[in-house]
Formats: sequence, C-alpha cells, structure tokens
Amino acid sequence: MPMLLSGADWATALVFVPLLAALACFLVPRAAGWLGLLAALLILLATLGLVQGLLADGPLRVAVGGWGAPLGIDLWADGLSAALLLMTSLVGLGVSVYAPGYFAAHPEQRRWFWPLWLLLWTALNGLYLSADLFNLYVMLEVLGLSAAALTALSGSATALNAAMRYLLVSLLGSAAYLLGVALLYHGYGTVDIALLGERIEAGAVATTALLVMSTGLLLKTALLPFHFWLPPAHGSAPAPVSALLSALVIKASFYLLLRLWLDLFSGLGGLLSALLPELLGLLGAAAVLWGSVQALRQRRLKLLIAYSTVAQIGYLFLAFPLAGAQVNALAWRAVLYLALAHGLAKAAMFLSAGSLLQFAGHDRIADLDRAVQRLPLTLTAFVLGGISIMGLPPSGGFVGKWLLLESAFTQGRWGLAIVVLLGGVLAAGYVFKVVGYAFTPTEIAQEGEAVPLTMQWSALLLAFGAILLGFSAPWLWPLLEVGAPFMQPVAEIGMAALKEIGAIPAAVVTGSGMLEAEILAGSEVGTGRETWIGAAP
Amino acid sequence: MNSVLVFALAGVGLIGLGLYGLLVQRHLLRKVLAFNVISSGIFLLLAGLARRAPGAEPDPVPQAMVLTGIVVAVAATALALAMMLALRSATGRTRLKDHGDED
Repeated sequence: MPMLLSGADWATALVFVPLLAALACFLVPRAAGWLGLLAALLILLATLGLVQGLLADGPLRVAVGGWGAPLGIDLWADGLSAALLLMTSLVGLGVSVYAPGYFAAHPEQRRWFWPLWLLLWTALNGLYLSADLFNLYVMLEVLGLSAAALTALSGSATALNAAMRYLLVSLLGSAAYLLGVALLYHGYGTVDIALLGERIEAGAVATTALLVMSTGLLLKTALLPFHFWLPPAHGSAPAPVSALLSALVIKASFYLLLRLWLDLFSGLGGLLSALLPELLGLLGAAAVLWGSVQALRQRRLKLLIAYSTVAQIGYLFLAFPLAGAQVNALAWRAVLYLALAHGLAKAAMFLSAGSLLQFAGHDRIADLDRAVQRLPLTLTAFVLGGISIMGLPPSGGFVGKWLLLESAFTQGRWGLAIVVLLGGVLAAGYVFKVVGYAFTPTEIAQEGEAVPLTMQWSALLLAFGAILLGFSAPWLWPLLEVGAPFMQPVAEIGMAALKEIGAIPAAVVTGSGMLEAEILAGSEVGTGRETWIGAAP
Repeated sequence: MNSVLVFALAGVGLIGLGLYGLLVQRHLLRKVLAFNVISSGIFLLLAGLARRAPGAEPDPVPQAMVLTGIVVAVAATALALAMMLALRSATGRTRLKDHGDED
C-alpha cells in the first residue's frame, strides 16, 4: 500500500472519524445505520494504517493542529495503545454489523443508539491516544456519559435504575481521577505523561495522587468491592450495548490505570508502591472466585455473562503482583492478551445472548429449549467465546492464562496459579450450564422469532477472532514491542520525541525504588535494561 | 495562613462534604447536587493550588482546565437530571432501588 497518509494522519482520523460520524448520525437519523457502518470500516482502516506506521517507524507523538504542550493536545501511540485500538475497532465493527438487525425490532432505540455509540467510540480512541492526563480526564467523562446514556436506552425501570447508579459511580470515579490530576499539576507543573514521568518523585503529593486516581479508576473498572454497579447495568442494557460495555468500556479505565502505573507510579518505590500491587492482586483473586461463583448461580443469561465479566476483570489485576519483579514483563503481556481475548469473546457472548433473547423473547437459562438446533450459529458463537473465557487451547484466553501461569510458577506464587486454574474450572461450569439447557427441550415447546443472519454471523466472527487470537502471537508480539510500553517508563521515549533528552540513564537509576532495586539485583535483568538505555538515544 | 492553604482547605472541605452527601443522601437530586459540590471542591483545588511565582502572572493552564471541567460538570448534571426525571416517570420513585429489594 502506498503510504499516502502518515501514522499521524491515521491517529488523528481515529478520533475525528467517529466524532464526525456521531454528529452526522444525530443530524440524519434515517441514514444512521449506513453512516455507522461506514465509520466502523474507516476506523478499522485507520487502525490498520496506524499499526503499520507504528511497526515501520516506532512510537508516535502528534501535536494536533501544531499547538503542542502545554496548551495544545498531543496524541501518543505505542504498542499498548495500538493493541487496544485494534481490539476496539474489531469489536466495534462486529457490533455495528449486529446493531441494525437488533434495532429493527426496537426502532425507538435506534435513533439514539448510533450517535451515542459513535461518541463512545470517539472517547475510547481518544483515551487510547491521549498523551496528557487532563485530556484523558475529558475522554474518561465522555466515555462515562455516553456509556450511562446507552445503558438507559431501553427506558425500562430496571435499566434506568441501573444506568442512574452507573452514572453516579462513573462521575465519582472521574472526579477522584481529576483530583489526582489537580494534585499532580500542583506538585510538578505539568499534565503531560512524558514530562510527569520525568519529574515525579516519591512524596506525599505522588502518594495521594496515586491513591485517589487508582480508587477512581478501580471504581470505573469494577474491581471486586466496587463491582456492585456492573451486573445490573450490563445485564439490563440492550445486547449490543452490553457487548460494548463489557468488552470495551471496562478496558478503557483499566488501560488508564495500567498506563499510570507503568509510566508514573511503579518506579516511585516506597511502601505504597510495594503494597498496592499485592492488594490489587488479592482483590483480583477474590473477584475471579466470587464473580465466577455468582455467575454459576444466575438464572438469567445476560446476568450470568455480566458476572463472568466481574470474574474476568479480576484476572487483569492478577498481573500487578506478578509483574513487579520481572523485567521481561511476561505478566503484563499475559494480562494484555487476556484483555484482548476477553474483549472479543465477551462481545460474542453478549451478542449471542441478544440473538437468543430476540429469538425466544426472554433470557431465562432454564428455558432455552433446544436453542442449539434452532440457532446453531449463535450457540456456536457462544461456545467459542466461552472456550476463550475458560482458557482452553488454542484460544486467545488460553495464551493469556498460560503466560500468567508461567509467570506465577517461575516466581513460586502458587496461590495465584491456583486462582487462575480454579477460575477456569468455574468458567467451564457456567458455560456448560448454558450449553446443557440449550440442548434440552422444555416441557412446553416454544415458538421463536426469526433472527437476522447478520446478527448471528457478526457474533460468530467475533468468537472466531477470540480463538484466532491464540495464533496471533507472532505478529502481535512485535506490535507490543513498539515503544516497549512494559519495559521502561514512557517518559523516556516521550522525551526523545520531545527532543529533550537529558539525564535519562541517571533518572532511571535515581528514580528506581525498592522494586527496581530488586530487578537490578538479578544480573540478567540488569543487562537487559542497560542495553536498552544504551541503545535509546 | 497564606491564600494557597485557604483554597486547599476549602477545596478539601467541599470534597468531603460532597462525598458524604453522595453516599448518605438517598434522594437523587441531592446526590446530583452532592456531585456538584465535589466538583466545585476539585475546581477550587485546581485553580488555588496552581504553582505561581510571587508577583508574576497567574498560570493560565489550570484556569483552562477548570473551565473545561465546568463544561463537563454541566453536561454531566444535565444528563443525571434527565435520567432522574425519566426514572421518576417510569417508576414514580426519585431514589435508587437497593440491591435488597430487587424483584
């Protein structure tokens, strides 16, 4: 492909295409379905363009409109953002293909779905590409507001109740995040992540900022004690919206937390930086077990899938205690793999649940009544998604769990390894519970409504994506290497992009705390880091 | 007591007050107002704590942030109020249903 457009153009397009499409869908509701689909295809194209640019030229920093920091908005893309952007555009395309069929049966919701969903997509892409904390706050708010509005789309009492609770939780979460931004700006005079990474040092300001920002983001990510709002919201939203919330929205706040941890806080040292990962790991383990058991107990399909999301969020946090002492960042890769696989698989499962709901008019698991014979494509999609959630080979979920286990075993963290395995067994339990009922005829045979093929195939293709992800390591690995997001703070490369490199090696050494001191104690580890530093400028 | 400390203490006070309201009050309108109190506290902190050299021009960046934050808070409040009204016309209630009394 001739490179008519550079990586910078693609990155800008990723924010502007969904934004303009959202406005167009709002103004011309009759054409919304086609506009949305066109936007989804363009976004996928732009993501592929960006990925190609990143692979060829390395990480990317764009000053939008040529303004630059501190008043302008900078975009930043590395392997971590690109992987999540890619997952977002695949799930987004799948949901956009699914939605017209679903909303044909709910025409009153169709008018608002498209603008809100494209606005949500704008916020997701903007969040993965933002280079400064304040712009991230704005994107976080756009994301939260559009997600809450989408949850309320059906207008039922249950949905409105869940959406209202979700909105309040989400607003509180972003307020806490903004408080952290205010503190960091007070302490270090900038909101640019790269500059902050350079300037931040251990102290009361950084500790308080870390605490309030992580609490806010955990609230939005629904890690165990904060999960209370998730099952009602994800369970009562229209199926395409549930898919978006579970597959994409949760990942965005997790990404932000990961980004802050990797680039700002993990190198600070001190008691909190040592304890917080352990605490997150503990909560994650509790979430895996509790969410899975709750999923097993549910009688309604969508609630079952929603509780499964609570459990899968737990997995993402198991990496925090594991990654501390590993320079090859095995645990981070594992968790990214799990996040990508969960995105594709959970979208497929929620879309399948939507098809079943449309077919039967209810989603009671016990009354699925031979769904397997009557909607074979949909059930296949559900099972393939379930295979990835369980972590069976050769799915993407398998690769993620395998890497996580490997990381746990090499460090002798048997407790975490057992949680990983037990979560898989429980997941098998709840997936097969659904499949079992889908094979069983009920006493009174039920008539079903026809389900459009676009709905069935989009779910199936997403589920295939989750399986194929297991084979994608050879080309996903090099992408993750771009900008080495897990190896060293983004600050260093970001600074290179800003042409302000000064004392990078010194900063790495002086900025290292307890955990990094441990890392450097291992000889292999130490050389890896030094090689990179030598090669950087 | 310098002005920065006054701003900081007032901001923290407002945030605490708002947090208390958001968690304890059951009427949704009061929850929405409590959220606005929290936001005001954060804006006060953001603008009051911004680093400034004595006698120099104040730093414009936090003021730009507060302006953006106000716009966001207004939009969020509008959505929350609209949703509250929709909830009331659908159920007749103006408070959230607890997990205990789910049907």
